[in-house]
Order: sequence, then C-alpha cells, then structure tokens
Amino acid sequence: MFYLIGLLSVIFFALAINVISKSIKLNKSLAREENTDSAVDSNNNANAYGMIIFWALGTIAGVWSFLVAQPDFLPIAASEHGLKTDSMFWISMAVVTLAFFASNTLLLYFAFKYRYNKNRKATFYPVNHKLELIWTVIPAIVMAILVFTGWRTWRDITSQAPSDAVVIEITGHQFGWYVRYAGVDDNQLGNYNYKLIDETNNIGIDFTDKHSFDDFTATELHLPKGKPVLLKIHAQDVLHSVYLPFHRVKMDAVPGMPTKFWFTPNMSTDEMRAKLGKKDFNFKLNCTEVCGRGHFGMAITVFVDEPEDYAKWCAEQKPFLATNPTYLAKVPDNLKSKASKYIPMEPVAVDSAAAPAEEAVSVN
Amino acid sequence: MSTATSHAEEVHTHDHSHDHEHEHHELNFWTKYVFSTDHKTIAKQYLISGILWAFIGGSFSIIFRLQLGFPDMQLDWLRPILGEWIDEGGKLDKEFYLALVTMHGTIMVFFVLTAGLSGTFSNFLIPLQIGARDMASGFINMLSYWFFFLSSMIMFASLFLETGPASGGWVIYPPLSALPQAMPGSGLGMTMWLTSMTFFIISSLMGGINYICTVINLRTRGMTFTKMPLTIWSFFFTAVLGLLSFPVLLSAALLLIFDRSFGTSFYLSEIYIQGQALPNMGGSPILYQHLFWFLGHPEVYIVLLPALGMTSEIIATNSRKPIFGYRAMIGSMMGITVLAFIVWAHHMFVTGMNPFLGSVFMFLTLIIAVPSAVKAFNYITTLWRGNLIFTPAMLFSIGLVSLFISGGVTGIILGNSALDINLHDTYFVVAHFHLVMGAASFFGLMAGVYHWFPKMFGRMMNKTLGYIHFWFTFVGVYMVFFPMHYIGIAGFPRRYYSFTAVGNDGAAAFTDMNAFISIAAIITFTAQAIFAWNFFYSIFKGKLAPQNPWNSNTLEWTAPINPEHGNWVGEIPAVYRWPYDYSKPGAEQDFIPQNVPFSATKSSNLPEEEAEIAKEKDIDGLLGAQNESYNR
Repeated sequence: MFYLIGLLSVIFFALAINVISKSIKLNKSLAREENTDSAVDSNNNANAYGMIIFWALGTIAGVWSFLVAQPDFLPIAASEHGLKTDSMFWISMAVVTLAFFASNTLLLYFAFKYRYNKNRKATFYPVNHKLELIWTVIPAIVMAILVFTGWRTWRDITSQAPSDAVVIEITGHQFGWYVRYAGVDDNQLGNYNYKLIDETNNIGIDFTDKHSFDDFTATELHLPKGKPVLLKIHAQDVLHSVYLPFHRVKMDAVPGMPTKFWFTPNMSTDEMRAKLGKKDFNFKLNCTEVCGRGHFGMAITVFVDEPEDYAKWCAEQKPFLATNPTYLAKVPDNLKSKASKYIPMEPVAVDSAAAPAEEAVSVN
Repeated sequence: MSTATSHAEEVHTHDHSHDHEHEHHELNFWTKYVFSTDHKTIAKQYLISGILWAFIGGSFSIIFRLQLGFPDMQLDWLRPILGEWIDEGGKLDKEFYLALVTMHGTIMVFFVLTAGLSGTFSNFLIPLQIGARDMASGFINMLSYWFFFLSSMIMFASLFLETGPASGGWVIYPPLSALPQAMPGSGLGMTMWLTSMTFFIISSLMGGINYICTVINLRTRGMTFTKMPLTIWSFFFTAVLGLLSFPVLLSAALLLIFDRSFGTSFYLSEIYIQGQALPNMGGSPILYQHLFWFLGHPEVYIVLLPALGMTSEIIATNSRKPIFGYRAMIGSMMGITVLAFIVWAHHMFVTGMNPFLGSVFMFLTLIIAVPSAVKAFNYITTLWRGNLIFTPAMLFSIGLVSLFISGGVTGIILGNSALDINLHDTYFVVAHFHLVMGAASFFGLMAGVYHWFPKMFGRMMNKTLGYIHFWFTFVGVYMVFFPMHYIGIAGFPRRYYSFTAVGNDGAAAFTDMNAFISIAAIITFTAQAIFAWNFFYSIFKGKLAPQNPWNSNTLEWTAPINPEHGNWVGEIPAVYRWPYDYSKPGAEQDFIPQNVPFSATKSSNLPEEEAEIAKEKDIDGLLGAQNESYNR
C-alpha cells in the first residue's frame, strides 16, 4: 500500500511540475509580447488546469485512500452508547463530506472556469442578500439538527449512572493504572486518601472505612457484559486520561478531582475475537492525556466477561486486606472484628498470583 | 501605471511642507534597521523573525515525523545536531520527542502564526491601507517587536538546556508542567517557557493596543469604517481578540509560576509523586484549562482572521471583482470575534468538567460554524464569473479557502460533545486543526508575502518559483493531513512516541500510512526552501516593482514604491469609495482606486453613488484637521 501511495504522490508531483514547466517553455515567446506590467502571465492557464487536475486526482486519492484505510478503523463499538455515537459519527461524516466535496468542487471548478481571458470582463456582482440569507439559514438548520441529536446523546451518556451499576475505581499514575474493585460483599468502594499511599497500599485505601475491607485490586480491567459499569477515575500525580477505544469511553483522570464515566459493554472479549477472527484480540485501556515519557505505553488489558464469568472471577480475587494482613493495624478498634474476618487464620505466604497490583505496565 | 492612481497625488500637492518637518532626521544604521519606529521596518523585522521561527518549528515536526513514520530508523546521523537526545540505541529520546512536539506547537502558534502573521501584516498594512503616516505610537510599536525578540531569545535558549525545553505539550497543563519531578522538561525549560510567554504577551498587548488605536484614530479623511478594506477589519478584530484574551493567559501563567516557585496551590491538589505526598490541597487543574483555553480558542481566530482578511483582499483583486458580500464578511468576522470568546470549553468536554457545561458549549460552538460557512461561500461566489489572475498570492488564497473548508467541516464533528468523546486527543483532532488553523493561516501568510512583497521591498518575487512553491505546498499539505483523519478514526492518540501499546496490531495497520505522511511532510517542508531562496534573493536582486503591480484599489499602492518613514510624500490621499470597485460597468479601467472621487467617474457611478459627490467637499475640507493631528 505504501508503495502505491508513494507512486501516486510521485506521479502527482511530476504532473504538477510538468504542467508548469511545459507551459513556461511553450509560452516563453508569447510572454515577451505581453504587456510586462500586467500581472497575468503565460502560466495562468497552466495554474487553472492545475486546479482541475488537483480536483480530479484529489477526489480519486480521497476515495481510494478511504477504502484502503477503512478496514483498519476501529471496529463496531463494544458498548451501548458507542453504537449510538458511531452511527451519529458516520451520519455527520456523510453530511460534512458532502459539504466538503461540494464547496471544494465549486471552488476549484470556478477557479478553472473563470481563468483570465482578455476578451472577457468580470461581472460586477457585489452583493445578493437573498443568496446570503440562504447560505446562512441552511447551515444553521443543518447544524441545529446535528447539535440537537448530539446533545440528546450526550445528555444520556453523561446522565447519572444506574444505581445497580458495577463500580470500579481506576487510578492513573506515572506510568500505569491501578484498578480497584468494590468487592463481592458490599459492592461499595471504600474511601481512599493520597496521604495513606505507601509501597504496598499504592492506591491509598483508607481502612478506617468499613467498605474498604472487601475491596480487591488487579492489574487488569474486568467488566461484566451487559451490565452498566461506573468507572470512578482518579489520578495520583499528573493528568491522565482513561481511553477505552473499543467502548468509545474517554475521561480525564485529574489529581484532586474525582471524575467518572458509566457505560454498558455489550460485547464480550470472546465475541469480539470471533467477530474479528483474531484469536489474540484484547480490548485495551490507553492514556490519552500527555503525562510524561511513558505516556505512550501506559496501557492495560481489558476483559469483558459474561456476567457469570465475571462473578466467578471476582469471587476468586482476594481482598487487599487478606493478602496484606498487616494493614489490620490501621483499622479502628470498633471495626476490627468486622475486618478480621477477611484475615486468613494462619498468616500465609503471599500468593504471588493475587499479589496487590504493582505498576500495571512499566515502560522505562 | 494607472492614471487613476496618480490622480490623488496631483490633486494634493499644495501645502505639505509643514507637516513633514519632524520626519527629516538623519537615521543611522541602528535607528533605521534595528531600533526603528517605522511600522514598515518593524513589520519586516516580524516577518523575517517569523520565517526563521517557521523553519525551526517545521524542522522539529520533521524530526518527530521521522520517529512516527519510521520507528525503526537509526537516527545516529542526527547526533551532531541533537547530541545526547539521540540515545545509545540510535533512537530519539522519549522525553525529547515530547519536547519537540511541545516546541513545534508553541513556535508555530505563537511565534510564527501570531507574531509572524499578525505582527507582520497588521504593522505593515494598517497605516498604509488606512492612510496614516505610522502607528499611533511608533515607540510602543518598536518596544512590541523588541519584547517579542527578547521572548524569542529566551525560548530559543531553552532549546539548549540539558534538561530540555518545556515538554508537557503546547498547552502546558499542570500538574505535569508544575512539577519538575514529573518530567525533566518541567524544570528550567518550563520556567523559561513561562518567562518567554510573559514577554510575548506583553509584546502582543503593546502591538494590539497600537493596532486598535491606529485603526480608530488615524484613518485618512473619508476613510469611514465601511470603506475600510477587509484586511483592516480583520486586523482590527484580531487585535481586539488578543487584547481581551492574552491577559487571561498571562494570569494563567502567573498562577502557574506561583505554584511552581512560591508553593501556592492554584492548580495542585492531592498529589503523590515519586514516593512523596505533596502538601498542596484544594487547587484545580481544570481551572488552568479554563484560563488557558479562554485565550487558546480566541488564539485560533487570532491566527486565522488576518489570513482570511488578506485573502479577501487578494481574491477580490485577482478575480477583478468586488468581494462578494462585503458587509456580510464584516458581520461574520464580528460574529466570529464575539463567539470566539464563548466556545473555549469545547476543548474540555472530557476533562471532567460538568457535562451540562459541555452541552452549553456544544451549542455555542456549532453556532460559530455559521459565520465561517458564510465566509467560505462568499469567497467562492467572488470567484464566480470573475476573471482570475493566478498570481502566487492568488493561488495561496484559493488554497487557503480550500483548506479552511476541509479543516472546518470536521470541526462540526469535534464540536459535538458526544462524538468528541472518542475523537478527543486523537489524530483526528491533529488533522482538523492543522488544516483549518495551521495550514490555512500559513497559506494566508504566504499569500500576504507574495502579494505585498513589492510594497515591502520595492521588488518583485519570482512568480514561477512561487507557482512551484504553491503546488508543492498545496498538494503536500493535503497529503500530510488528509490521511491523518483515518489514523484518528482508528483511535490513535496524539503525542504518542510510538503506537506499540495501542495493541492488536493497530500500529502495524498504519505503518505504511504513517511513513507516507512523514515522506509527504518532508517533501512539503523541503519545498519551503524554494520560498526562502525566492524571498531572500528577491529582496536584493528581484525585478524592480512597478507602482501598482496587481492593479489594486487600496491606498498602499498610491504611496511611493519605496516609501520613506511617513509613507506619503506630500498629502495623504483622501478616500472616497470602498476598496472593491473592480470591473465596474462603465469604468475606463477594470479598477478604481479608493482615492478616486466619484465626481471623476461619472460614467460608472451607481445611482446611489451620485449622492456621494456632494460629500466630497466635506472630505476634502478635513485635510487641515488631518495635517493638524500630525503636527501636535
């Protein structure tokens, strides 16, 4: 493909230069006869033809390159709101492509058609209020329709998350993501405080809050298919941005200001693999707000599971407190009994598979 | 040369000895070329600085395009220039990549397209086109350039720091830019960036105040607002935009300086970095973004409006037709100016800002598309049934309109907050703004240089080289930025050193296209050498310019070919008509300059213009007052 495009570009350039240089040679003798003070020179027609050649080759190149690139665009959205925004995107794209094509065609065609001719005089046509009214009102109406549909979708996407939404916390840091789940017992995330962060408790989970006891962390994001998911988003050091390209989800992670985004994944990883025919396909979570040298590699893998698989996976995870029993000391006395049921009776060696999330991805 | 042009000079030869006395100082090299208060010299200083910066900023983009297009390329051969920024493996340093991206944006937006474009042409054209001897304050104007020069020097010096220049993106969002421990570029490099921008803002404000005062106060007799060329209108609106929005950037920068150096917490809260919890509480990074984009969005129009204004002038002149819808053009520029202040948060739809605010800004943003569309349609209608002369300036103007449309339409998609969720901070945005603001404004700059070069230097640029330059640039720009939309639709985030983590062979799918874009960028950049050679060669060796090379109506072509400080020898011409009387039915020539009274063009006057003849006496009667104003 690269060679094809390269070839096309070379031809394009060669043509442009050829047209210009040829006409210079051909018209050199004519040029001498011209009034030297006139701004019109012998290349005027060559440039006019250049406009129409540019239009023709540009149209071909535009259509062709779109067809070539299209298979590599993001596949169909894997979330409910994503399906809506996708169809809206392509409708808007069709409208603006039409406007783009029509106005560029007129521009380049007029440039060609009305090229200088010494036997013709330009039409003195300074104003036409009716015309101007038309092309003020038509874009305004089209815009109003696009805006209104866009606004309704935006309103739905940013509405309050359903109360039964699965709550997952994502914390961005240089350069990775920490994921914390609300736990199987209360489906509520405990508090956190950045001052409690240490090498093990790298999210800063606050164990004076009883909701923290069953919370568990992971190095990857698991989502249940078909259930609303509410991402609670934090950042520890600088701005980051949670980007789930396949789910059409994006929200900045801001230090000191929790943000959120809720959505419903509607296609499991397996379903997407089957659809794309790629066995090793995985959803991704990337960072889209520049955050330093490792910005480009700040990604974790996202698994969308069938609800029962998700429940099973959650049940297999050990709460943070279970793998790090020393944090029991931070629990206030009145809650100790509640917390200690998560502590294994025998202090066991930390199971490496369920170890707390270290830096999810290290890219240095 | 036209008889009409010389008309005014003949009419007003009396009584001009006294108003010029103070101009006849002996100028030495320093006061003539360096610390000059002549708006024309200052304009040339801005232009040449802008061209130099454009080559620096452009070369940065080529270096990072090499990384993006050819991620496996050994860049050892760049070590003589970049030194340690090429690591042992022969790769571009990851932080320096971000520094290049940051400096490319900063240089292009501020130093090239603000200072180089508005600084050059507002300075050069305002006095010449409104009929003034100089700016309202030549001294402040000189200071404006030298503050810009100081700012340039500081920014340039920051490129050579061991820790690198500012690297957090041209928007320098805190906390990344506020915390030196977050990245090396946030150390001294950021301090120098902020210092440099502070001087830049001061420079812009001094320039802007001057432009506004000059346009309001120093118009020649008869030059009412509705007789001003659209160039002047655009410079006027640009200056208003800058005057109202740059101070907000200054405040954003000042608060950032406080956060960085004096321990305040305007933008910082609950930060844990490098194993340490910082004490800052209660600040908001979003506050910075609001302040930044309150300038940042008007800034888009600060770089675009002058380009559109000059294009209006050039397209009308070379179509030999009046600009279509002169008042609609003014109205749409005014609309853009007002709306430019209330759309800034469309850059922030997914920053965690209240979604209701997002809805409001989406509505306002899409309103601004209407005046933009009107402008595009008016340009196209101006070409319709014209008699087009493709000077290099005209070619670049048509190119501008094309790029303005092509980049503008995707703004309708990005301005829709629901669609912006997926496209925000992807290459779709990069493609959009490079077309609509970067390339379009650059084309305006080029059009302006080709068109007014004869007035600036008294010589002509080589036209054939101009054509070749145009075709390379026009085709090249499309080849760079058109495919970039596809990469954006495929979800590739911007400011990525490489796309290895995009996953699922996403990077491999666009390897070819990224390489293609890089090659196109290199060709386009290299083609600018044609311009540079043409420009500098023609300053000294170009063909001598005639009085009015493009048969244009505006006042600057009535001034001597090489105007001295003071612009006109003798009286400043009076203005009787609008600047777009091209191909008027019944006229002897296909153009009637602004200084030709209606009483001299009886055969071509429209019925309503007959009434204007009576007013000519009043206009002429203002001569004394005008001369008086220069002698105070």
